Parts: sequence; structure tokens; C-alpha cells
Amino acid sequence: MAGWRLVPFLAAALVLAPVGVIISSLFAPADDIWLHLVETTLPLLLVNTFWLVLGVIVGTALLGISLAWFTAVYEFPGRSFFSWSLLLPLAMPAYVTAFVALGLFDFTGPIQTTLRVWLDTDLSWFPDIRSRAGVIIVMTLAFYPYVYLLARNAFLSQGKRSLEVAQSLGLNRKQGFFRVVLPMARPWIAGGIMLVLMETLADFGTVAVFNYNTFTTAIYKAWFSMFSLHAASQLASLLIIIVFVVIVLEQQLRLRMRYAENKRSQRAQRIQLTGWHKWLVIGFVLSVLFFAFLLPVTQLCIWAIQSFTQDYDLTRYLEFLWHSLSLSGLAAFLTCLVVMTMVYAARRYPGSATRYAVRTATIGYALPGTVLAIGVYVPLTWLDGQLSELALQWFQIETGQLIQGTLITMLIAYLIRFMAVSHYPIESAMQRITHSIDEAAMSLGLHGWAMIKKVHVPILKPGIFTAATLVFVDVMKEMPITLMTRPFGWDTLAVRIFEMTSEGQWEQAALPAVTLVLAGLIPIFLFMRQTEK
Amino acid sequence: MLRSNLNYFFVTVFCFISLFITHSVHAEQVVVYSARIEQLIKPMFDAFTQETGIKVKYITDNEGALLARLEAEGKNTPADMLITADAGNLWAAAQAGLLKPVKSEKLENNIPAHLRDPQNEWFGLSIRARTLIYNTKKVKPSELSTYEDLADPKWRKRLCLRTSKKVYNQSLVAMMIAEHGEAEAEKIVRGWVANLATDPLSDDTRALEFVASGKCDVTLVNTYYYGRLMQKDPTLPLAVFWPNQNNSGVHVNISGAGVTRYGRNQQAAIKLLEFLSSDKAQNLFADVNMEYPANPRIEADSFVAAWGSFKQNPMNLVKAGELQTTAVKLMDRAGYR
Repeated sequence: MAGWRLVPFLAAALVLAPVGVIISSLFAPADDIWLHLVETTLPLLLVNTFWLVLGVIVGTALLGISLAWFTAVYEFPGRSFFSWSLLLPLAMPAYVTAFVALGLFDFTGPIQTTLRVWLDTDLSWFPDIRSRAGVIIVMTLAFYPYVYLLARNAFLSQGKRSLEVAQSLGLNRKQGFFRVVLPMARPWIAGGIMLVLMETLADFGTVAVFNYNTFTTAIYKAWFSMFSLHAASQLASLLIIIVFVVIVLEQQLRLRMRYAENKRSQRAQRIQLTGWHKWLVIGFVLSVLFFAFLLPVTQLCIWAIQSFTQDYDLTRYLEFLWHSLSLSGLAAFLTCLVVMTMVYAARRYPGSATRYAVRTATIGYALPGTVLAIGVYVPLTWLDGQLSELALQWFQIETGQLIQGTLITMLIAYLIRFMAVSHYPIESAMQRITHSIDEAAMSLGLHGWAMIKKVHVPILKPGIFTAATLVFVDVMKEMPITLMTRPFGWDTLAVRIFEMTSEGQWEQAALPAVTLVLAGLIPIFLFMRQTEK
Repeated sequence: MLRSNLNYFFVTVFCFISLFITHSVHAEQVVVYSARIEQLIKPMFDAFTQETGIKVKYITDNEGALLARLEAEGKNTPADMLITADAGNLWAAAQAGLLKPVKSEKLENNIPAHLRDPQNEWFGLSIRARTLIYNTKKVKPSELSTYEDLADPKWRKRLCLRTSKKVYNQSLVAMMIAEHGEAEAEKIVRGWVANLATDPLSDDTRALEFVASGKCDVTLVNTYYYGRLMQKDPTLPLAVFWPNQNNSGVHVNISGAGVTRYGRNQQAAIKLLEFLSSDKAQNLFADVNMEYPANPRIEADSFVAAWGSFKQNPMNLVKAGELQTTAVKLMDRAGYR
């Protein structure tokens, strides 16, 4: 009956299969590629990765939290427009933002070229965008919506009220924010930052555009250039271990605190901004929106129009679009369903084993896509081999591949990768359902499904919608897993972008990229209609 | 007991999956894993289907991912053919035992010996010449001579290079190791790095744009990138220089293919491979992407032919694969990012 309590363990097992394939490489002897890396590039790679991760975390936290705070608690002209439009950069894949940024701001881009002509200098003082700061800025602009979205959820439901409480206790607004509001929003903010951390570590597309070497580029180099999947897996294992340590630390810190706040204070009066404060906030919000979304999209549109005639085929594009949308939809549904069940089980049957299982299930997001894809592939191939042997024995049929080359492989891989993305929003929403709520519901005669439907779902709804939107958009942007696991003929918009960029044709990649961004707006708009009142 | 339980499980899974899949009986077909992108390979497939009636199913991805996939799938792979955009990965596929030797007079006649595997496991289909492109306003062709010369201090702050992570550069350095030995090759690469005007760039097109804009004077790219850029904007101050004409010749790589060891449609795959080396397909290779046909009897596209003819390095491309790891390590040591 209570078999679903096993869901967290099943989900963890699903993630552990590919992770196990990768980690098992640690027990094999190291080859000389290790020695080579340690002697040459590894120290610099570690430094690069450290600063990148730190920079992006600090950047996304500053942008995400401040933007969420302004739009959730204050009132200023354009506030409701900004509060949803700040989510739009979510639809921009980071690798697209990256090549657009280089196209615009690098030495050969229109901005430097024009300035050189106007000022008649060599412009040597102009900051080089192909630098550490450049990558950090681009990734911050691409990833801040994760923090923004989650922090905003927290602030909307409790921000204003906790601030009032703080003020009634004699704190001023600033003290109230830092000493009460921010600590109370921690699970949400930490969740957003964990997602950013994992995505930054796993990223290959963005750093490749910048030719910025990180730990992940070393994994790819060992694998693809030195033909050693073995050394690549060993490097990837270290990545997994590091992320797992961070996850456990974060959880230990969180365990010490309790969060129970449940009422969405929708009617709370917003604080009216006036004078130069108002303009400062508007200017800040507007410039984030401009650099993270308007500018890159405009450049993409210009490129798309220029290359339109060379690569336009309506039926093909409708097909790409349909594949992108249906895959993302299926994956979002599946992932949220599994994560919901998992989080419920963890709540109903708490214990440290369950807790660790849940954490394990969210580790897939930290793995570079191609590494995860091959990790998924190996056990599935084994299963396929067993199945086809069986078919041959029992039914005398040559089956070939049964699971591979179908959507099942793809969905399993997406599920493994994106459970983390839906986990953080849903879990933080779940923390709002206190046991006293359950008790109250039961005293009113609500049990089981009725309680879930009438009491829990309304409370969880914003979390579920956040999760679904994030997974949907993330799947659509995802490249390596899609490339490796898609069935024949299932090319998506991301696949098209890959084909163009792999030939260095950024202008040509603009058309599928614009289509991808527009398609990504659909779930964001749906989401906003659900949460915005 | 456990064994029968496991069998039971598999049967259930099997039945479940069969619900999803309708295994139609296919007409004759070839399944291809291609690292050449769709736009650059589909025209050849279409021509093949038109001529033979054999359908071509394909999937595109990175070379590395396709290799890993073939290796994981082993005997159950659906793929009959692997197409890559370089020789090193074909060599690696052959090393891993993923390819099958093909004995074919047609292929031997159409493809020169240095562009195919001595064991007949893979065959070059088009030539990708990696040459020097210079800024015509800043460099006189007489200043240029060889790849090795770009390490000379006279090019300080004048050279742009694509990243060493790209296999084209790895193959080039591997062939230089084959020719000069490791120590000498490392000296040359260190010279290049010392001459860089800016950090290595992410792709060939960027490198060309940097030369055109005057940030650097000369770069090393595959010719079709130059062709594409010049077709878009013929006014760019760029020109081709064929290096090493008095010694080893221009470094060429290939886009090539091999038949997989465990494919189910090997006869059809061999037919496709032979077709790809035929006059008709070779002309398509020349037209579609401004590459040089591997078949020496077929002429390059007229736009490409205008860049002049050149002597190519006749050393067998097997070396590019054999020495790739050595080359990558060498470039790491030399600080070539």
C-alpha cells in the first residue's frame, strides 16, 4: 500500500545508475593523462573554475535577490510588467547569450568597430570580453532568473509581512531585510543558487564560445581529444563528489532551521517608491532586462533576417518546433510528477535515509550533459542487450534496439538531469505545509486524496508551476543529451542551433535560436498567468 | 529463482515496450551516424536514394559522442556507417574496433592512398585544406612561406589562431610531429603561441574576422571558412596563401567515412560509400561546402579553383590519428589554449 514511500529510493537508483557507471572509473588505475593534466593545465583549470563559480553565484544572488525584492515588495511604475518580463532571459540559452555577446562586443563586433572609426584610435583600453569577467557576466545574465524566480516566490508569500513584524520590533527596513526577511527566504534562495552552481559547473557550450578553460572542458578534452573516456570519467567523478559534498553541507545547515509560513499575503500593501529611489530602481531593472534579453534578442533578430533566405523551410521549422515543445512538455510533466511523489514520500516518511535518497536524486544536474548521456547509455544498452537476447530465445525475433532510439531513453535521461530543477521549487513549497495544517484538515474530516486536493495542491501550486516552467524551458535549451539520445528524425531547435554553431555560423544559428526563445516564452507566459494576480 | 524473476521482469518490460514500437518491415536502408552536419551531407544522401532507391536514415552529433555511442551499443548498434569531419576520429573508431575493412576496387580507384586507411577501414571523401589566410593590406605574400615560419619572431603580435581544442589544429600539429619529431614541433608551437596577437579564438570564422579587422595579420584556417566569408562579403581584405610548397606541402585533413563492424545493412553501406566516392557525389562535395573533392579526377568548384592549385602533404592521414594525443599534450605544454 505504502509502496510509494520507495519512490525517493527508486529515483535515487535511477540517478545512481549513470553516476555509478562514471564513478566506477575511479577504481580503475589512472592513466598517464592524469599526470599530464596535473603537470600542465589542471592548476589553472581549478583556479578558473573556482573564480567562475564564485563570480556567477555572487552575481546571480545579487541580481536575483535584489530584483525579486524590488518587484515583490515595492510599487513603482512598470512594476507588474517588470515582474514577469524579468523572467524572459530564462528562455535564452546561455550559449546563445554568449555568442551574441561576443558578436556584439568583441574586437570585430559593431560596437568596437564603430568606436574605432569615430575615435580614430586602436581602442586598446576597451575591456576584452573574452575574459574571465566576460564569461561571468554572460552566465550571470543567463542564470539569474533561477534565483529571481525562487526568491520572488519566497518574498511574495512572506516578505512584506516579515518586514512588518521586524519593523514592529524596532528594526529599520534595512535591518529587517537582512536580519529577518533574507534568512527566512533561505531555502528558496539556496535552492536557486544550487541550481546556478550545478549549471555553471556542467556548462560546456558557453565556456567553449569564450575558449575559457574549466574543469568541464578538461573532461571533454580527455574524452574527445585524447580518446580517453576513462580519464574523462575520473575527472567527472571528482565533479560529482564535490557537488555532493556541497549538497550535504547545504542540507546540514538547513536542517538547523525550521520554516513555517504559509499564507500568501497577496493583499499586502506594497511600499510606494518615490523620488530618485524610484528612478534608480527602474533604471536598474531596465538595464538588466536590456542586457539579458532585449539586446541579445534584437541582435538575433537582425542576424535571423539576414540569413533568413538561406535556411528557411517552414515545414522543417514547424517540425523542430513541435519536437522541442512536445519533448519539453512530456519531460516537464514526468519530472514534476516523479519529484512531487518523491517529496511527498520524504515528508510522509521522514528519516535520514530518505533525505539522502532525495539529495542523490538531484545530482544529475551537475554533470556535463555528454557525460551524463553516456552514463545513461551504458546501462540502457545493457538492458537492451538482455531484452533482445531474450526475444531471440523466446520468440525467435531479431529485435535490434528496443529502448534505445526511442523516446523512452530520452525521457529517462531528461528525468535524471532535471529532477534537481523541479526539486528545489517543489520542496521549498512543501515546507509551507506545516503539520498543524494537516492536523487542522484532518479535524475537519479531510484525509488522503481529499486533503491533498483541497489543502495541499493550492499551497503547492506556485511551486509546481515554477518547477514545470523551469524544466520545460531547460529541456528546450538542452543540447548534448538531446543530440545523443534523440530517435532518428527527432531533430529539435537546439539540434539545429548545434549544427549551425558547430560550423561557426552564428548568424545562421540565429533563426533557430530566435524560434527557440519565442517558444520558450510560451510556458513563461502561461506560468505568469497562473501566479500573477 | 532470482534468474527466473529477472526473466519475468524482462518479459514484462519487453511487452510494455513492444506496445510503443511498431516494427515495420523496412525497405532496404542504410543507417548513418554523421558528424558532418545535415546541410553538408543530406544532398549526397538524397542523390544516393534517387539513384539506388535505398533509403538513408541518419543522425548528427559530435564525433566524440557518436564514437562513444557506437562503442556503448556494440553489437546492437543500428548504425551501418560513421561519417566524420576529420581523420583522427576515424582512426580512433578503427582503433576501437568499431569499423570493418572494405575491399572495393571502386574506392581504391577513386580515393588517393594517403587519404584512406591502409587497412581499408575508412576512406576520405573530401579534402579540407588548412592553409594561411592573410590581410592583404598588411602582409605581402612574399613575407609568407611555411607553417613553421609563423613561429619566427617577425610575426610577434601578428598571428591569430583557433583554439587547440579543435581537432583540425590537433591533426595539423600531429602531422608536424610526424615530420619534424616532437621536440622540433614543440618549438614551433611555442613560437606560434609567443606570436599571438590575441587569445586563441573559438572557431575559424572568428579567426578570419580578426584578420580582416586588422587585429592580426595572418591566421591558419580551413579554406571553406574563407570561401563562405568571402562569398558573403567579397570586399574583405583577405587572401589565400599556400604554404610549404617547396617542401612537405599544404596540410590537408579529410571528411570521411567507414562501414561499422556490426551494422545490419553492410552491403547497402558499402554501396553508399562507393557512391560517395563517385563523380556525382564528389561534385556535390565540391559544390555544397567549397571543399576539395577527394577524388582527384573531379574539379573543385570554380569559386574555389580561383584560389589556385597547390601541392598537398602526401603523408598518410593515419599519422594524424596516431599522434593526436601526443599533439594535444604538446600543445598543453606549449601553453596553446
